[in-house]
Amino acid sequence: MRRIGDAPHVRRLLISAALLLSALFLLLPLIAIFAQAFSQGVAVFWSNVSNHFTLHAIGLTLMIALLTIPVCLVFGVALAWLVTRFSFPGRRVLQTLIDIPFAVSPVVAGLIYLLLYGRNGWIGSWLDTHDIQLMFAWPGILMVTIFVTCPFVARELIPLMQAQGSREEEAAVTLGASGWTTFWRVTLPNIRWALLYGIILTNARAVGEFGAVSVVSGAIRGQTNTLPLHLEQLYQDYNAVGAFASAALLALIALLSLAAKAGLEWRASRREAF
Amino acid sequence: MPLPTWSLPTLLRTRFRRSLLAITLSSAVAGTMASGTAMAQERELLNSSYDIARELFAAINPEFQAWWQEEHGEEISISQSHGGSSAQARAILQGLRADVVTFNQVTDVQVLADAGLVNEDWQEALENNASPYYSTTAFLVRKDNPKGIESWDDLVKEDVSIVFPNPKTSGNARYTYLAAWGFAEDEFDGDDEQVQDFMRTFLRNVAVFDTGGRGATTSFIERGIGDVLISFESEVNNIRSEYGSDDYEVIVPPMSVLAEFPVAVVAQNAERNGNIDLAQSYLEYLYSEEAQRLLASFNYRVHNETVVEEFADQFPETELFKVEDVFGSWEEAMETHFEGGALLDQLQRR
Amino acid sequence: MRQLAIWRPGSTRVLPGFGLSMGISVLFISLVLLLPITGLFGQLAGLSLAQYWAIISEGRVVASYMVTIGAAAVAAVVNAVFGLLMAWVLVRYEFPGKRLLDALMDLPFALPTAVAGITLATLYAGSGWMGGLLEPLGFQVAYTWVGIALAMAFTSIPFVVRTVQPVLEDLPAEVDEAAMSLGATDGVAFRRVIMPHLWPALVTGTGLAFVRSLGEFGAIIFIAGNMPYETEITALMIFVKLQEYDYAGASAVASVVLFVSLTLLLLINIWQGRFVRRLHGGKG
Repeated sequence: MRRIGDAPHVRRLLISAALLLSALFLLLPLIAIFAQAFSQGVAVFWSNVSNHFTLHAIGLTLMIALLTIPVCLVFGVALAWLVTRFSFPGRRVLQTLIDIPFAVSPVVAGLIYLLLYGRNGWIGSWLDTHDIQLMFAWPGILMVTIFVTCPFVARELIPLMQAQGSREEEAAVTLGASGWTTFWRVTLPNIRWALLYGIILTNARAVGEFGAVSVVSGAIRGQTNTLPLHLEQLYQDYNAVGAFASAALLALIALLSLAAKAGLEWRASRREAF
Repeated sequence: MPLPTWSLPTLLRTRFRRSLLAITLSSAVAGTMASGTAMAQERELLNSSYDIARELFAAINPEFQAWWQEEHGEEISISQSHGGSSAQARAILQGLRADVVTFNQVTDVQVLADAGLVNEDWQEALENNASPYYSTTAFLVRKDNPKGIESWDDLVKEDVSIVFPNPKTSGNARYTYLAAWGFAEDEFDGDDEQVQDFMRTFLRNVAVFDTGGRGATTSFIERGIGDVLISFESEVNNIRSEYGSDDYEVIVPPMSVLAEFPVAVVAQNAERNGNIDLAQSYLEYLYSEEAQRLLASFNYRVHNETVVEEFADQFPETELFKVEDVFGSWEEAMETHFEGGALLDQLQRR
Repeated sequence: MRQLAIWRPGSTRVLPGFGLSMGISVLFISLVLLLPITGLFGQLAGLSLAQYWAIISEGRVVASYMVTIGAAAVAAVVNAVFGLLMAWVLVRYEFPGKRLLDALMDLPFALPTAVAGITLATLYAGSGWMGGLLEPLGFQVAYTWVGIALAMAFTSIPFVVRTVQPVLEDLPAEVDEAAMSLGATDGVAFRRVIMPHLWPALVTGTGLAFVRSLGEFGAIIFIAGNMPYETEITALMIFVKLQEYDYAGASAVASVVLFVSLTLLLLINIWQGRFVRRLHGGKG
């Protein structure tokens, strides 16, 4: 049997076009990051990475990501359960509402949080009189990070849970399983790859968020500087190697995410094959 | 009837549950740690400053810390926040708890004074209008100055391409704009039409408007764009020493604008942080001979006479005019030139 | 067939957790998403309609809409072609390095935009690897709208690939067998037989890429050049207004972007819903 595009010359042409364009578009920038980071040798790279401020930025960035993930996880699962397992008025509206962070430019996302929780905002002024500081401290960074990352888990789960339907869960409940048992034993095993994929996306975005965080962070070195902000500052300080060293760390996290995702897909496809 | 998914190995399931638990737990731990580090024991001073002053204060702060330790026997730490001068002021308005500001534009401090965060008489609180050092706007040209750029009128020649940041986002660039305007005003005896023509050509010759001073430098140096980079005299000298004195030359035009670097205690925050004495001393320290010498070594012009003499050949004589003298006041300059729809926007209209 | 527990007042639902999941979702959406948005509209409330109009129709801002929309459109079209090619090659062919190529497709989502920004600017400036090759040929990328389009295209690559890929995978082999057995050439068969199945996904992916490009800031700002009326994007105008303490102005321009993006997303959602239903109807 012959399928469309199976002719050897078409095949060769398309594959080489795809490889060439990807190399140019995607691989080259990736190589450039590492080439720049190591352009003055490993020692310089290392001294940039092991710098006190860089280490602090790495720590803060990872902490923010670690705190963001569980929040987005709970919200994503709850929302997906709600819109795929029940039919109620306003379902479609809820589903579109979670797209807001995609529609809002990150800088604006930071701005709206600042307007609300900043010293002049109506919540912020109350907090200020009680000496609670959210903006320009790590809670503010966490809040905007949750804002920009919250759709990912839900968006991964909804199509899957919709396609799977609720028959299995209904059967379990009918057989007398409690709600939590049903969720842990029936739903979770079915959605866990999508869930992990959602977490990976959330993590990647949480680690890399720049625009929104830059508005609310105050960029105090050693205190509220995340890795992307640190990178930008080094770049501004003519320390291109240092900037690209941080960029290389971020790219490394990105590559690990991609590898984790590819691994998951590979496992999932193997499971399907059985 | 057992459901198909129930037959999955229990092991896998529990491991998955455990990993979820682990994520949640480690997050909680990380959170506690972070709040722990936020409670530092020693007093901490936060200086909010403009973008390009990072190296400067990285050099000054340890000196001050040592001095304070010697004088008062107290160990303190100093944190820095840097960004566009206006953005920094905005952050403080919105709650960034800086104790002192060291800005590059008077209006940005005035905004804080208007909001009651800085004392109304801040300009009288310290010498020289509360500006411990100053600078002016100068040019950085490529080796041997191939386009023969010596003053502002050389910048409106047809084949000259200029690099400086966007006056909308950069205080540094506002000085450049005002310097060019002040020169033209002098040159054409205040003939408005000619001045505006001059400015229109000047702005048209700009090759790229980066959002900040450092971005402009990258465009000029690393990307090789433009014949001349305009920035603070201090900055162009620093760039020249950073990137090789053989490849670039610094030109200080015979007439330019006086760029003051105002400093002030953000009284409301400093009081709250219990840092009033520290903040006040920190700013006064900037006027001391040691600090002035350090400032001069970063190519800023200073007031201390001993230091001025030491560094005399580093700073060419030039006629500096004050923004207030040509434009009335900073507020007026901002209003007539930089606000949305004001002169800058009109001049750039095509 | 999908089965939804139908919500009717008075009737008992089979599945538990309605209250809990509704509670969490509504609380979260209200606190995290809606409450801050009210701040934006609070700023707008301080403007009269005439003032609002004056801000959003100011010459420089309008020029930035043109630049943003134009570059985003070009980027979306480029991505449609590139994404289609990638999806096709990844689904239909086996070749060494395929898994790697597949993983690479998600790079733009995983890579922080600031990293993408400084990297692209470094690569495509006159002194960079790519810029050094292209500029002698008279083709300038950095600091022109081409650079903006390039940065937009880069950050939105995965949208088209990842929406078209699953559809192509689900396409049964009989579809093209039938076409080939009728003696159609590859080109004709692709256009006539494959495309009708793909284009809803293609349009969705391209639409998402377009929306994403409208709001992108971090990746573009380094490479754009930011010349007034020529290479200023709308996100920069918002940023500029913020620098001027002009919160109302920033909110006004932001509201335009927000409105356009949300409308497009809603249209895409509705379009997708209709398409899914049609597909289901056809199958079931």
